[in-house]
Amino acid sequence: MIARIANILALSTSIKRIALVAADGAALPTAAAGAHVLLHIPGPRRVWKNAYSLVSAPDERSKYEIIVRRVENSRGGSAWLHDHAAIGQDIEISLPANLFPIARTAQKHLLLSAGIGITPFLAYLPVLQAGAENFEWHHCCKQADAPAFAALLPSGRDITLHTSRNTLDLEKLLGRQKLNTHLYVCGPAEFMDVAVATAQKLGWPAAKIHKESFGGATGGAPFTVKLAKSNIMVEVGPEESLLEALEAAGLNPPCLCRGGACGECELPVLEGVPEHHDHFLSAQKRAANSAIMTCVSRAKTILVLDF
Amino acid sequence: MNLIIKPPETFRGDFSMRNSDEAILRFPFPFPEDNYMYAVNMEPHVRGGPTAAYDAVFDLDEHYLGDMQDRALVLNDDPLRCQVLPHMADAEWDTLELLMENLAQDYPHLFSLTKNGDEWRWVNRPMNIDDTFNFGRADTLPYPPFEYITRQVQGDFTIQDQRDDNLFMDGGMVTSQADWSLNFDLGMAFHEWHGPVPVAHEIGVFDRALKYLLRLQYGKPVRRLNWTLTVNPRLDTSPENYPLWGPDKATVTPENVGTKMCLRVELQTLTRLPRSNAILFGIRGYLIRLEELVRVKKWGARLHRVIRDLHPEIAEYKGMPRYRQMIVDYLAPFDDGAVLNSGTAPEQSSL
Repeated sequence: MIARIANILALSTSIKRIALVAADGAALPTAAAGAHVLLHIPGPRRVWKNAYSLVSAPDERSKYEIIVRRVENSRGGSAWLHDHAAIGQDIEISLPANLFPIARTAQKHLLLSAGIGITPFLAYLPVLQAGAENFEWHHCCKQADAPAFAALLPSGRDITLHTSRNTLDLEKLLGRQKLNTHLYVCGPAEFMDVAVATAQKLGWPAAKIHKESFGGATGGAPFTVKLAKSNIMVEVGPEESLLEALEAAGLNPPCLCRGGACGECELPVLEGVPEHHDHFLSAQKRAANSAIMTCVSRAKTILVLDF
Repeated sequence: MNLIIKPPETFRGDFSMRNSDEAILRFPFPFPEDNYMYAVNMEPHVRGGPTAAYDAVFDLDEHYLGDMQDRALVLNDDPLRCQVLPHMADAEWDTLELLMENLAQDYPHLFSLTKNGDEWRWVNRPMNIDDTFNFGRADTLPYPPFEYITRQVQGDFTIQDQRDDNLFMDGGMVTSQADWSLNFDLGMAFHEWHGPVPVAHEIGVFDRALKYLLRLQYGKPVRRLNWTLTVNPRLDTSPENYPLWGPDKATVTPENVGTKMCLRVELQTLTRLPRSNAILFGIRGYLIRLEELVRVKKWGARLHRVIRDLHPEIAEYKGMPRYRQMIVDYLAPFDDGAVLNSGTAPEQSSL
């Protein structure tokens, strides 16, 4: 859908809060605590699809808000949002998707965030507060960023801002939680890895550890397929699936679920080594490299398909 | 959509329910090929399909008032047909929002939804309902939110919570089911509530379906068809009421099979709900008597072939052995053996 940038607010020299409204003025689809949207950011040679957590409350349908930190050596996405995005500009966004939902059966929620990983929890907060849920939130950031994050964090006895590693004893914090506490971690990969490893070491069950991740991307390294029956070559770009590339070439390959489950889009492989990402093919068929599910799978070599 | 709703007919007792010509032609016939086997037959639930039953996000038809009257009767006798576990409160409001917004959009002459902040006014003209309530405050509605709205929409609904890489049936409104029980299945995981289905487990259908559904995206609902046979157009064929409908099976004769035997098709939709991240499973059932169905030439011939050649375990599971041969014999004269096009469209615009 097409969104319009309605507001840009600098929270610090490297952090901006951006408000998006529907370009046609309509109500936006209801979002969720933990949901993200993909922004289609124009680049000089291609469009970047970057995922940003929504920080606006789920019931807010007049606007979506995101917080964007300028990434060092940005490949294009965050730099464009910081340097080129302007109020009134239109930008394509995806519908919200939620890979980081609040666990509804938890009796307590323990939130751990670092840096820009604060964002999904800003959307959690009104939901947890409205439901009078039991929660505890620890946010970590560099001393230099403290004023910006302190302004975002409401004060409360359940919420602590840490600007030094010494004030957050992960092992102690995770060790004193009662059964049926759920842990949510969001931040740089290193931070999440340490938090999750500590929880695992203390015997936390996997089902009670939740990590923010933007999965589901269909892209990957580009590759080439040769279609034996159609006798054409098709280049599959880094941001598209094999199925999409075949469709873009004017072909009408079989497909149904477009998610690697139904089996409809299976095509025979005559030569080459696929990189399987589907849930359909048997282990034998995978190992034999004799078939590929075009909607999700890619290739490690040039592929020749019987199509 | 130009929907004309009939005065309520009955789905019990004298079974006055009949399908008009329009209702027959819009029936979601489930067999694209001459043979049938379980498959992950899911596709995007987008508007438009082989018949008009696919035109709305949530399809209503001429039987709306009769369906809703039958639901009220079932709930009156057995309130456990509607149950929602406490952690699904957000999913209740998600469901109410989704159904109200879609009905008001698809059938503006029948329903309207007006919002003033969180104060909502809902008007259901066919059922003479005009309620103003506060979204998010259950005490402002005459029923809990999920029950309130599903008492006004055709089809059964269940809500699946997603956790631990699995789906759990943690709520539902189930009054027109093909012999399964919400009260029994409530709280079960995906493979547990599908436990009784034969063959499909062995061919991995449920493993693939679960993986697919766990990644179901918001704004991209999917659908599939399921089917069975029911004696008489009875909506409530529940295990709880087996003594009421089980004996009907013994009443089928070669003389009355065309009138009594109904093909029951479920247009099932799966929709990701936003706040709760739960999945709403809509099971919209359609009933058509064989004598109505054979008025569409292609459907009569194809149903003959499907029933004749059906895998014996599937026929057993669908409760068919007692009258399977009667159905095949009844349908045989409508099948000239000619090759039929694949697909389910009726391929005729009038009867």
